[in-house]
Amino acid sequence: MDWLQQLINGLAQGSIYALIALGYTMVYGVLRFINFAHSDVLMLGAFAAFFLAPVVGTILPPQSYLGAFIIVIVSAAICAAIGILIERLAYRPLRNRPKLTVLITAIGVSLLIEFTCQHNAVFGARTRPFPRLIPEHNFHLGNIVIANHDVLVPIVTAALLALLWLVVQRTKIGMAMRAVAFNPQAAALMGVNINRVISFTFGLGSALAAIAGILYAMRAPGIEPLMGIQPGLRAFIAAVLGGIGNLPGAALGGLLLGLLETFAGGIPGISNYRDGIAFAILIFILLFRPAGLLGEVKTEKV
Amino acid sequence: MQLGAKRWLIAAVLVAFGVSALSGYFNRYYLGIAIDVGISIILAVSLNLINGHTGQFSLGHAGFMAVGGFTAAKLTLELTPSVPAAAQPALFVGAMLAGGLVAALAGLAVGLPSLRLKGDYLAIVTLGFGEIIRVIFQTSPAFGAATGLTGIPKFTTLFWTWSAAALTVYVVASLVNSTYGRGFLCVHDDEVAAAAMGINPTRYKVTAFVTGAFFAGMAGALYAHHKQVLKPDGFDFMKSIDVVVMVILGGMGNTVGVILAAILLTVLPELLRGFADYRMIVYSLLIIGLMLLRPQGLFNLRRRESRSAAAN
Repeated sequence: MDWLQQLINGLAQGSIYALIALGYTMVYGVLRFINFAHSDVLMLGAFAAFFLAPVVGTILPPQSYLGAFIIVIVSAAICAAIGILIERLAYRPLRNRPKLTVLITAIGVSLLIEFTCQHNAVFGARTRPFPRLIPEHNFHLGNIVIANHDVLVPIVTAALLALLWLVVQRTKIGMAMRAVAFNPQAAALMGVNINRVISFTFGLGSALAAIAGILYAMRAPGIEPLMGIQPGLRAFIAAVLGGIGNLPGAALGGLLLGLLETFAGGIPGISNYRDGIAFAILIFILLFRPAGLLGEVKTEKV
Repeated sequence: MQLGAKRWLIAAVLVAFGVSALSGYFNRYYLGIAIDVGISIILAVSLNLINGHTGQFSLGHAGFMAVGGFTAAKLTLELTPSVPAAAQPALFVGAMLAGGLVAALAGLAVGLPSLRLKGDYLAIVTLGFGEIIRVIFQTSPAFGAATGLTGIPKFTTLFWTWSAAALTVYVVASLVNSTYGRGFLCVHDDEVAAAAMGINPTRYKVTAFVTGAFFAGMAGALYAHHKQVLKPDGFDFMKSIDVVVMVILGGMGNTVGVILAAILLTVLPELLRGFADYRMIVYSLLIIGLMLLRPQGLFNLRRRESRSAAAN
């Protein structure tokens, strides 16, 4: 029955990776660059919830599902605003510059957020315990124990995926996103406001990152300003695994990576190298199928 | 240029020799900083070959430095007792070259798969490789695991450091200015056009990567025998970022600018000790500000303006 426990842990971990990977892949889809600061938005989401929890706790009974919902929504809104702001200030002025310039700027933004938050005047570098947002409840199935948040994480992810699919496929702004991803110049000629679409994409991706950050913090021992780096890297790998720019691919890649990591972590001997597994997968994918599992193979033409 | 470069090399080695002959008169603290500056120059100029001249953004330079440092330190720790004192400088040079070569091999192993990628992918993969290298040293008992190596003999002198720095600058500058080396610039400017002209981009990228890794390994060896203590923690992502900031500040592909930036960024933190808390914040602001306002770097006065325009 041990494998069932692993499966549930893996699904929970993988769902979080999937949520983060969606943000990477959406931004890549419209702007063709990797938003390095995405992992820091995730961290900011967790911190927003950390500071909101006591405030909401004064109005609503602590550890209620409604309170948790409000905290998540407000944190997601804050992070969406931060994401839009980052794009506006740092990436928009560089829209037509060489890609390398944008990439370096993204690394700079990521470092700026991390080190500013590590400064004692902001959050400080120490690890803080994350408040419990929902009542704790364990399900017992034979000799395995399933925590309710481990069940909640895949459910929330599935709901968000469905919502995202509706937004992208069924709304006007979603159609505009797909148009910009397909060909920004042509989209602009057809009257699509590219700046608005890009802002919306950043906002949406950052909101998802914030929710992922809160879910991650609920399962982690604590939160600190560098907490986003590891899940961020994993999620990036998940996005590449699924095929970057491809939304179902990101979800699939996240789940696969979470499951692989959890199961490999359970095998004695390999568990020491658990951290290397994700990178080994990345190298393997890039060597044999650089477009990812669901991505389409493109050759560069002049 | 070639003749000039060779003359500069000889002049620099002579200066290194002359200054190190007088080093007994220096304050040990200043001597230490002078050696740090030399190591920074090696790192920055070698990374500039990869990131600047060839335009392949690598974030794993500290990993290669670690490979060179640990290899060389392990060698000298094992062999020093059995080598007569007179032969120890030769041992050190041998260890330094061995460190460079092993780092170059690591560069080849990393470069071959990852250099088929571009831009963002490459940055992440090199970052990942750098971290993997660090984790390997952290978990292998032969290299002291998390405590690292201690009691490394103090072989690094001002002469060796500055000579190695001069050699690095010479090799990188003359490589880029040679007929062969024009290929690096072509790959930087337009890979597709370069391939159409019969230049194999992957080959050039791997060459740049392996050469850069070799010198990073040498820098690691110098660092190990300067600090006498090696910890895997010291070679994390932030160390790579330090070098990247030097290259960006100096202007990617501008050797003189990068040397100036390496000197500035090594001396400045020593002068402003209280600034330590803010160092990385200032670095990141510097990166963003330079990319927004002056992507050609702070010290680039004329050379690459046409090129950075062409890169669009």
